[in-house]
Amino acid sequence: MELLEALSTKFNYWIYIIIMMIGLYAMISKNNLVKKLIGMSIFQTAIILFYVSIGVKEGATIPILYHDQVHPSHGYSHHKADTGHIEDHHPSHEEIVANLLIEPDDFGNPLPHVLMLTAIVVGVATLGVGLALTQKIYRDFGSIEESEILESIKSAK
Amino acid sequence: MKSFALITVILTGWLLLSAVSDFPSWGDTESPANDYRLSQHYITETFPESSVPNMVTAVLADYRGYDTMFETVVIFVAGIAIMSILRRKPLDYLKDTGRETRSYKKDPDLIIDTTCRLMIPIIQLFALYVVAHGHHSPGGGFQGGVIFGASFILLALSRDLQAAQRWVPEKRVLNLAGIGILIYSGFGFACMILGSNFLDYEILHKIMPATPVEARSHSMLGVEIGVAFTCTAIMFSIYSNLASNGDMKETL
Amino acid sequence: MIDQSPALILLAPFLLAILLALLGIKREWLCFPLVIAGLAISVAASVVTLLRVIDEGTIQYFFGGWEPPFGINLRVDGLNALVALAVSTVSLLTAIYSKRAVPAETSDKVSQFYTLYLLSVTGLLGIVLTGDAFNLYVLIEISALTSYALIGMGSRRATLAAYKYLIMGTIGASFYLLGVGYLYIKTGSLNMYDIQEQIVANNLHGSPSIFVAFVVIIVGVWIKMAFFPLHSWLPNSYAYGPSTTSALLGPLVTKVMIYVMIRMILTVFGPEFAFDQLDWSNIIVWMSVIAILAASISALAQASLQKILAFLIIAEVGYMVGGVWLADKMGMIGSIYHIIADAFMTLCVFLFAGIIFTKTGRHDISAMEGLFTKMPLTMVGFLVGAFSLIGIPPTAGFFSKWYLIQGGISSGHYEYVAALLISSLINAVIFFRIIEIAYFGSKPAEGHGYHHNEEQKDGTMEASFSMLFPLLITAAVLLGIGLYNQEVVEIITNFVSQFNIGAIIL
Repeated sequence: MELLEALSTKFNYWIYIIIMMIGLYAMISKNNLVKKLIGMSIFQTAIILFYVSIGVKEGATIPILYHDQVHPSHGYSHHKADTGHIEDHHPSHEEIVANLLIEPDDFGNPLPHVLMLTAIVVGVATLGVGLALTQKIYRDFGSIEESEILESIKSAK
Repeated sequence: MKSFALITVILTGWLLLSAVSDFPSWGDTESPANDYRLSQHYITETFPESSVPNMVTAVLADYRGYDTMFETVVIFVAGIAIMSILRRKPLDYLKDTGRETRSYKKDPDLIIDTTCRLMIPIIQLFALYVVAHGHHSPGGGFQGGVIFGASFILLALSRDLQAAQRWVPEKRVLNLAGIGILIYSGFGFACMILGSNFLDYEILHKIMPATPVEARSHSMLGVEIGVAFTCTAIMFSIYSNLASNGDMKETL
Repeated sequence: MIDQSPALILLAPFLLAILLALLGIKREWLCFPLVIAGLAISVAASVVTLLRVIDEGTIQYFFGGWEPPFGINLRVDGLNALVALAVSTVSLLTAIYSKRAVPAETSDKVSQFYTLYLLSVTGLLGIVLTGDAFNLYVLIEISALTSYALIGMGSRRATLAAYKYLIMGTIGASFYLLGVGYLYIKTGSLNMYDIQEQIVANNLHGSPSIFVAFVVIIVGVWIKMAFFPLHSWLPNSYAYGPSTTSALLGPLVTKVMIYVMIRMILTVFGPEFAFDQLDWSNIIVWMSVIAILAASISALAQASLQKILAFLIIAEVGYMVGGVWLADKMGMIGSIYHIIADAFMTLCVFLFAGIIFTKTGRHDISAMEGLFTKMPLTMVGFLVGAFSLIGIPPTAGFFSKWYLIQGGISSGHYEYVAALLISSLINAVIFFRIIEIAYFGSKPAEGHGYHHNEEQKDGTMEASFSMLFPLLITAAVLLGIGLYNQEVVEIITNFVSQFNIGAIIL
């Protein structure tokens, strides 16, 4: 029962570890250079999954303030504000901030999203460079099977 | 190799799993990561400090702007790296294969051509919207830049690479990418010259028609535009280098 | 402007890299001056920063004006400042060397090569200076991506080596990222000092997450620094890449990663956790003993000079990992001193290897026949580097080994002391073999085999000034930090004495 509970409340960590290990296995064991890169991509994506799941909060929304919070419309009720701004009054930044009430639990944690944007970019860059290297290897050796390449190096000696 | 990989994977997996029981549960609002003053500060203070409702954009371009600058550099490095690995002179290619250039499909299909002709401007317009609206909704320089780059890739797919390169020749791509980073770091260096720390946008209110808080918001937009330049250029550069195996007709 | 000095160390090469990418494509002559200018500013800023650190103690620099943990900061103390100065100096010297080598080896891609070169240096300097654990990951990836490309621009074999490096390097960096995630999930912070405070404040030392984070980060960094069983990517990458690449990455990448390891142990996790709570000193010192011996013996078996040097780097990594895990103050001082000494030693011999390659077009040691008469000045530079690697006084290598051995004795790890001595002996064998070939080798005058050389009338074929100058400067630096080792060690001691490591003798 305890195990079941651990599985159900912490399933995100189990999933990320399983996916990550699939990627790691492909990176180490595959003979084909492109398959290794696919493994690398899976491996990095698993880490992104891990980070993003850290920032999840039960009942919270995306980390962007509500439109009403940032553009409070004086004198109008919440529903009327949607139909259009008739009034020209724009409250200054200080006025908005003074009336601003933000409940931290309403919004997801923004930091993991920022960090993972970086990790995604790094993943794309690494994958691109890896594919370029693979293409050059294919151009030079005529194969993307690691064993065949090593053999052709040996026979060249 | 297979058994070695299996042992490594099992050991690593076991090591990582051993800590799972220590982690907070899914969606826990009280977990250290969600409850610590860092995350709280980003949620409650972002708007007062920078007048940007999208916290992700604010953290990305302001609080951790230094990180994001290097993130842009990562993209830039990837573009230059792929080019320097794959690119070769047309002469070398001739020696290798005996053909002058790759045979590209000459006449484009009417339906595909017309559809893409209609779609590409809309995609580009949407990309600009994503860049410009990153303060208020999900979006920003990276996302918009990638969408913009994708529009050129669509052009290259629907016609051929040379058609797309007429619009964005390689030299222009490199310049765009460099200018993007120059815009980003330009904001940083401008802050430095005005006597503040690198990327401390607040000081820019001296040269901008804005209050210090607004200066942060405006600078973030400027920075995102720089990111979008680099992203657009490098996405297309990566595609064209990988797709042509580095054998584009025009040299630098 | 003085306040900005820590940021300028890495922003100068960064800005000039971008300018170079924009301006250098059509104007190849512009590349070299821009590189030199960027790195010279960087060296000057490092010197200023080091002097400020000696004067004022730790310096902080807040990017964006945000105080940590909200923003990213540079935090420069004695350790950072020394390593940053070493990194920027080494890269400046390598850049001077590259003036002729780069156009010769990567003819049509000079501007791309230099752009990547400067960005690689930026990444390494950023790793050294940053105070933010996640920022470190981004900069590791910048320096790694640029290295893959710089190596991949070399010969056929280099591409395959770069691919292997990419796979291994990505595993290493991803492990590091994962470790930072494990720290973040328990502490909620990304700033190194804040993480340390949170770990202490919440009493997390016993937590399995922190333990796993430690293991994953250390293993990731070990992969990146090529610690012995995880070293397979290194020898081919450094042996087949362009000679400028090896002269830049060989001295710097592994050393910077050792810096990261020391920073993680001392600053993030704390020596009490790493050394006292996890009682792993014995295992890891033994691992480093195996690493030193295995790498030294592999070096002995190689015929190509570049490969010998690559294996020597792996042996040196063993020295430093072992020295850190002696869990002794002397060992720690020795390791940090060795980072700096080794950066210059390796640079010295790699520059020599590059000069030999450009002059003779060959990598094997038989290419060095009769070099004493043909290239006397080059050989002088090489001798200093070789003596330093062997550990002959008064070179820097002697003093770093002296401190390491003292640390080994005072902490009772005699196997480590024995391994150091054996490895020095093997180094002596390797280098005296080279010196013998260079001094007594078959007479050069009658030889017909030197197709590549440009022998001058008087029989010498000394390397061009731009190659010789950095070699001789490096040799002078080696003697300098050897003779003035007290001053360097004093800075390191000030840094290390903040921490509570093992037995205190000083």
